[in-house]
Amino acid sequence: MSKEIIKIEDLKREFTMGAETVRALRGVSFTINEGEFVTIMGSSGSGKSTLLNILGCLDQPTSGNYEIDGVKMKDLSKNQLATIRNEKIGFIFQSYNLLARTSALENVELPLFYNSKVSSEERKDRATKAIEMVGLSDRKDHTPSQLSGGQQQRVAIARSLVNNPVMILADEATGNLDTRTAYEIMSIFQELNKQGITIVFVTHEPDIALFSNRTIVLKDGNIIKDYQNHNIQSATEELAKLPKQDD
Amino acid sequence: MRLLNLLKIAFKAIVLNKMRTLLTMLGIIIGVASVIAMLAIGEGSKESIRTTISAMGSNMITIRPGADDRGPARGSGGDVQTLTLDDYEVIKEKATTLSYITPIVNGGGQVINGSNNWPSTIYGVNPDYLNIKVVDLQSGSMFTDAEVKSASKVALIGQTVVDNVFPDGQEPVGQMIRFDNIPFKVIGVLEEKGENTFGQDQDDVVIAPYTTVQKRILAIDYLNQVMASAISEDDAPEAVTQVTEILRSQHKLLDSEDDDFTVRSMEELISTFSSTSEMLTILLVAVASISLLIGGIGIMNIMYVSVKERTKEIGLRMAVGAKGADILMQFLIEAILISITGGLLGVLLGLGATVFIEKFLNWPTSVALYSIIISFAVCAVTGIFFGWYPARKASALDPITALRYE
Repeated sequence: MSKEIIKIEDLKREFTMGAETVRALRGVSFTINEGEFVTIMGSSGSGKSTLLNILGCLDQPTSGNYEIDGVKMKDLSKNQLATIRNEKIGFIFQSYNLLARTSALENVELPLFYNSKVSSEERKDRATKAIEMVGLSDRKDHTPSQLSGGQQQRVAIARSLVNNPVMILADEATGNLDTRTAYEIMSIFQELNKQGITIVFVTHEPDIALFSNRTIVLKDGNIIKDYQNHNIQSATEELAKLPKQDD
Repeated sequence: MRLLNLLKIAFKAIVLNKMRTLLTMLGIIIGVASVIAMLAIGEGSKESIRTTISAMGSNMITIRPGADDRGPARGSGGDVQTLTLDDYEVIKEKATTLSYITPIVNGGGQVINGSNNWPSTIYGVNPDYLNIKVVDLQSGSMFTDAEVKSASKVALIGQTVVDNVFPDGQEPVGQMIRFDNIPFKVIGVLEEKGENTFGQDQDDVVIAPYTTVQKRILAIDYLNQVMASAISEDDAPEAVTQVTEILRSQHKLLDSEDDDFTVRSMEELISTFSSTSEMLTILLVAVASISLLIGGIGIMNIMYVSVKERTKEIGLRMAVGAKGADILMQFLIEAILISITGGLLGVLLGLGATVFIEKFLNWPTSVALYSIIISFAVCAVTGIFFGWYPARKASALDPITALRYE
């Protein structure tokens, strides 16, 4: 049996909105093993983004346990959490969140700026390699406004890879993209997963879930389904099946 | 290592917003530059007053008739007739701390040489005058005590008078001129002294024996002034006391009565004028400091806006591993970079402005090193002080709230 990367037990998260208390997560438990490609599905308001934020150490649960690599997140200080985010987690957002007027390469370098163990030569080196992995070597000097949505998301993926994280968390990473580009992005994720990187992918599109090996479905803050996908589709093959574009 | 990275990040942020950064800096630049320029003007005028007064003879003592009322509406001392030739004789006889002493009577009039004429002032003095005022002769010679005694009609003239009544470049010495219809023989020309700090032309004078001026021109029996020279600069205060005592007993003043004359040393005059210009300097610097403060508030304003505007960016930086301290440092470094660069540019501009003022406005200036150090330090401190609050605010943001900020 492979190593447990993520282990959550009875995770609850409540928000206080004025006098009302919104219970976004009502006791969620699961474990994710190294090398898994998990999609978290659910309609809006199901708590999937809240869950991802907690998994990414951006938010704290109201109660319950969360362990990464056997380390309890509850026990860590703000600064230690920042280090975890920096070294173990790669985050990808729906709206890319690249720094404007900053070249693709520099955007990819960003996490390494906050890692004092990495020298500036190593930083350049690793960023260049990461950008090669997502196939954007020829555009590394372009700024986000000179790149298409798909290209921007690829820069964001390169940025999430650059610190060699143990897992990548994606929040609706294909949500702003057309089908063809979405499939291109998914094929990159599948490629990364093959190399052994654990991926947790939040989406509300069922066809995206077909590319993962496990799907967790949330509804109103509870897990209603958690199943293995035995018939994983290849994003590269699906891409080939799509009708050719006119241009 | 980490600091270097943060420095790079902050530098990039500044470069990305060149225009905004420049406008922010402008407040600091103008503030620092004006502090330096104002102090330079203040120092310069103080120094020039000191030099001018020293050139007039730093151990000079003046005795004027009339009480010393340094109020805003001082009457002209010349109207008072309480200083007489007897007073002069007594001081000359009794004072031990004086090396030279001369009575002075003066009046305005027209200097005439043929068809040329020029309005000037005639000073009636004795031969000590040149030593007291530290004036040399350009040509000719001073009149003698005998000529004073006989009230001879001889005169020495300044360069301005020479230029105006001898426009053809004639040698004035030996020529006859008239002052208010009284003929004088020119026996000497005074060395050129130029304008003093108060804008007075020191070469626009005619000097003659006081007896002549008193009797023939002004027809008075009192003196406008007695001018003396202390043996040394250190003796000046002692000389002032001595002269005061002599005159009080001479004028038979009771203890309860105020002086009916004024004795002043140059040293006092220097401090009077220095304190005036010092007050002016303080005023100027206060105004300049306010602009420096406003520059600082400009930095705070921009940093504050910048934090708001880049909230999402801050959230992203935190998501990829920036600690609160990293964010704090980034914004603080930005503020400090802006204020230090602004400060440096301000120093340069201030020095430039000083040179400009000196060259084109002909104002005396003197840049004091302390003014550069102070204004620069104030501006660095301003940067830290005004950068701290927005930076602190940025670092305290919750990553998820910051990321969701629109």
